[in-house]
This record gives sequence, C-alpha cells and structure tokens, in this order.
Amino acid sequence: MSLAIILLLCFLMNISLGSVSIPLKSIFNSIIGTSDNESWQYIVQNYRLPKAFTAILVGSGLGISGLLMQTLFRNPLAGPFVLGISSGASLGVALVILGSGLFGATFSALLISKWSIVIAASLGSFLVLLAVLLVSSKVRDTMAILIIGLMFGSITAAVVSVLSYFSSAEQLQQYIFWGFGSLGNLSWNELFIFFGIYCIGILLTIISIKALNTFLLGENYAKSLGLNIKQSRLIIILATSLLAGTITAFAGPIAFIGLAIPHITRQIFNTSNHKILLPAVALLGAVIMLICDSIAQLPTSDYTLPINAITSLIGAPVVVWLLVRQRKMVF
Amino acid sequence: MAKNKTHIILNTQELSIGYRSKKRTSIIADTINLELTKGELIGLVGANGIGKSTLIRTLSNIQQPLAGNIDLNGKPLTNYAGLELAKTMSLVLTEQLMSKNLSVFELIALGRQPYTNWVGNLTKTDIAIINKAIAQTHLSELKDRKSFELSDGQLQKVMIARALAQDTDLIILDEPTTHLDMYHKAYILKLLQQLTKDTNKTILFSSHEIDLAIQLCDTMIVMTKDKVVADSPCKLISKGIFNTLFPEDLIGFDDETGRFRVKKS
Repeated sequence: MSLAIILLLCFLMNISLGSVSIPLKSIFNSIIGTSDNESWQYIVQNYRLPKAFTAILVGSGLGISGLLMQTLFRNPLAGPFVLGISSGASLGVALVILGSGLFGATFSALLISKWSIVIAASLGSFLVLLAVLLVSSKVRDTMAILIIGLMFGSITAAVVSVLSYFSSAEQLQQYIFWGFGSLGNLSWNELFIFFGIYCIGILLTIISIKALNTFLLGENYAKSLGLNIKQSRLIIILATSLLAGTITAFAGPIAFIGLAIPHITRQIFNTSNHKILLPAVALLGAVIMLICDSIAQLPTSDYTLPINAITSLIGAPVVVWLLVRQRKMVF
Repeated sequence: MAKNKTHIILNTQELSIGYRSKKRTSIIADTINLELTKGELIGLVGANGIGKSTLIRTLSNIQQPLAGNIDLNGKPLTNYAGLELAKTMSLVLTEQLMSKNLSVFELIALGRQPYTNWVGNLTKTDIAIINKAIAQTHLSELKDRKSFELSDGQLQKVMIARALAQDTDLIILDEPTTHLDMYHKAYILKLLQQLTKDTNKTILFSSHEIDLAIQLCDTMIVMTKDKVVADSPCKLISKGIFNTLFPEDLIGFDDETGRFRVKKS
C-alpha cells in the first residue's frame, strides 16, 4: 500500500523534472489541459507523461519477467534476458542498422526509421525465443533450457560482432545508442500498443501465480501436486517473452532491473509467496525505474544520461547493500 | 485376517522396472507383485543400488514401468489425470526444496494446491485440514518459522505434514530417515506408524533402518537380487529372508533380536 503512494510520488517527481523547469502547479494544469502556457502543456502532455508511463511499464514489466525466470529456473542469477530475448532483439537491430550499409545509401535512410527498429527488435527476440521454445519442447530438464538460451545468446552476440567489424563508425554509433536504452521516444500511439502487449503478458503471469508457488517445491513435487508442468512452463516463458520482448523493442535492452528488482523485493518483503511478490515487484520496479529516469535526465540541464548506465549504477549498490545488511540471501 | 478386495489401495501385477533408452533396456527388477492394504505402514528395504528408489519412483508415477500394471484404488495408474492422482497419492521425496524462504505454514499449505482455486486461495476447510496436519505432526510451535531455520528432522516433519495436507489415501516417502540421527530416525518412523493408525491412510516408505522397520511396520517389502518379497516382518524373519539381503561375508541377521550383527572372524 505504501509502495503505491511512493509510486505516485515518484511519478509526480518524474514529470516535474526535466531540462525545462516547470512549476508544480503548472504541471497539474498541463496534465488536465488548463495551462495557459502552451509550450509547457505540450512538453508535459507529449513528452513527459508518455515517458513516465513508459518508465512504469518498463520497470514493472522487467521486474516481473525477472521474477518469473528466477522462479522457473530455480536460479537467482536468472533474469528476463536469459532466454536470449535481448540478444535476439540486438541481432535484429544490428541487422537493420549495421547491415543496412549493404543495401546502399538511399535505401538505408528509409530502413532506419524508428518503426523498423521496433519491428526488427520484436522479430529478432521472437525468432530467437521460438528457437529456444522448439528446442526446449524436446528437453525435459528446465536447466537445459537455461543453457540453451545462453547458447543462443552467444551465437547472436557473435553475429553482431561480425556485423560491427564491417560497419562504418556512424552505424556503430547508432547501434551503440540503441543499446543505451531510452524511455523517451514513445508517442501516445506507440505507448498504447506497448500497453496492450504488456497487459497480455501480465494476464498470463496472473494465471500462473499458483503454478509459480508450486514450482517453489521443485518439479517432481509440482508434478505430484497435479500441476501440468509443460503447460505452465510454456505460459511462463510466453509471458516473459511478451514482456521483455516488447520492452526491448520499444526502450532498448535495459539491463539489471530485471535481475535486481526481484532480489530487492525478496529482501524487503522476506517472502517467496508469489501472491505478494508479484504486485510488490511490479510496484518496486516502476518506482526504481522512475527514480533512475529522473536522475538520468540530470534535472535542469540539457543533457540526458543513458538510462542503461543509471539503472546499473543505482541498482547494483542497492543489491550489495541489502545483501550485506541482511548477511543472508533470501531466495 | 482375510484381506478384503476393496481395502487394497495399490497393487502391482508382474511389474518390471528399470530404464529404457534408445540403445538398450536395463531391467532393475521384474515380476513384482505387491498388494498394499488400507491403513498399513509398509517399509521397503534392500541393499544400496538394488532399485528401491526406482521402485518408489515407478509407483509414484515419476518414472514409467517397463512392463506390467500398477493399479491404484483398482484403477490403472496410467488412467489417472494429474489432478486426480494428486488427490489420491502424495509424495515425500529426497530432493532439496528449491526455496527455503517459505514459512512452515505456507509450505504445508502448498499441499492443498490440488483443491484450491485458480489463484490458490485457501478456504476455511483448507485451513482446518492444514492445522490438523500441523497438530498431527507436532509442529504447532514451528508454524511461523521459515524453512531455512529448521533442522533436518524438523524439515522432514514439515514435508510429511505437507503430504498429509494433500489428504490422499496413499503417502509414499523416499528414504525419509536419511541425514537424521538415531533418535529422529525412530521418531519419524514412529510418527508414520501413528499416522496410519490415526488417519487410516496407507504409508509406504523406503529405508535402510531395517531393525526399526521390523519393529514398526505392518508389512515389509524386501528387495533382493533375485526377487521382491512382501509379508509381515515376523513371517519374513521365519522365512529367513533377511539373511539374503546382503552378501554374507560381513554381517548376518540374528533372528532372536531382529537385528544385524557383524560376524566375528
């Protein structure tokens, strides 16, 4: 409950900070559309609000998919990207940006629009995931799926480095910029699509709550409790890929949040029950993402730091501090 | 006492167990014919590597038999749907729990999963059954502890309570006494015996504690290289079965005391 209030406060803080300083009262007026300053209203409605909403979706989505993977793979090091989702997206984007040189200059300008990057990232993560799923349907052991996902990640990383080797400096820069992650480029229309897919992912997660708790006992116990392991596993993997896949497509590969948020939540709430963990992870993920984004904008300056760097800079010390304080990892 | 057909919980006919791979089939034991009766405590003993775990895994549907039938409550095991089986048979396995951050109550409550709704909410009936399982295993004081705070013996009791909460006719335990000291070995097996009397459930466990099993079990299943025999401990002793359990060079069974002794060389 208190987390929800903190979330609201962070949300307000996030939209009130930016390169242009706008007084708090005008922010409220801008949101409901009664502001007399048109440029402020434009900034708030078309830039800051969608960015704040994106931060919430990204933070909660990554946190949840991280939790799903850690429970499914019984591994505290698992994150939303263990199945090769992010490397698949990277490969798709790399093919578009770095590979576009092969198609000639005029064509490449057309190719590198934002939508083509979103589509390439979605396609890339979807295809890698499909490959992982196909292979995993033949394997009984959940750990094997984890390793298969990592292997697919290595393969795509290798292809990306080969592509980078043959690319120009400008293309490389563009690719690296995508890799920094960004929350601020979404229009309302894009946000709606993002939100729609996000909701499907959350829905699949909610119907898996019981299965997730059963998985805490291990697979043989889960089976003896009448759980359909293969089906539950598929739903959980699908939910993760929908969440992490769309997030990567729209906001770039944002590191760390997915791995760290579930740990921070478990340390704070001291439970493994997913009925409590899931909403807590979602709220905390959103809060931390909003804070990270507020810091990344370097309030009142014109610069914006890469969000990907901030999440790790903030998140890693928090996890270390929590582990040292409690002296024991709760998993 | 004449055995009534309807009181047989589990029986096997010409069961053959082992592992099958593409290249070859390795049979670990065959022609196993067993009948487990309602309300009995049954101990499964045998030397290391003789196939106790394989038999337990086969009976508990984790592993498929190579040949023969297993009937649970008169119905072939293969005809059971997942949930239906979960309401008839519960397990206590040797595998480590993945998460030890659940409280004792939460862990035992997971035994109610086959009965709860889609999100796993506990009804009043569920909570009553959980509390009864907690009382029967003397865990009331530990109810709110986290599982990682428990000793091995306590954790084993919790896992037994979880199986009790699943409210099944048959409970199968795979080596419930490993890693426990002498007192807790006796304690756990005595608890199982008490539970069969109180709840009229059938409990099957595998164990290396042959002398304890002889004292507590209604029926024992003895696995040797050549055959699998099931009978009451007394009859098994008079048949001299326990002498065939191990190679005879080192230890021998003493009929008088019901124990194994190291042979004097």
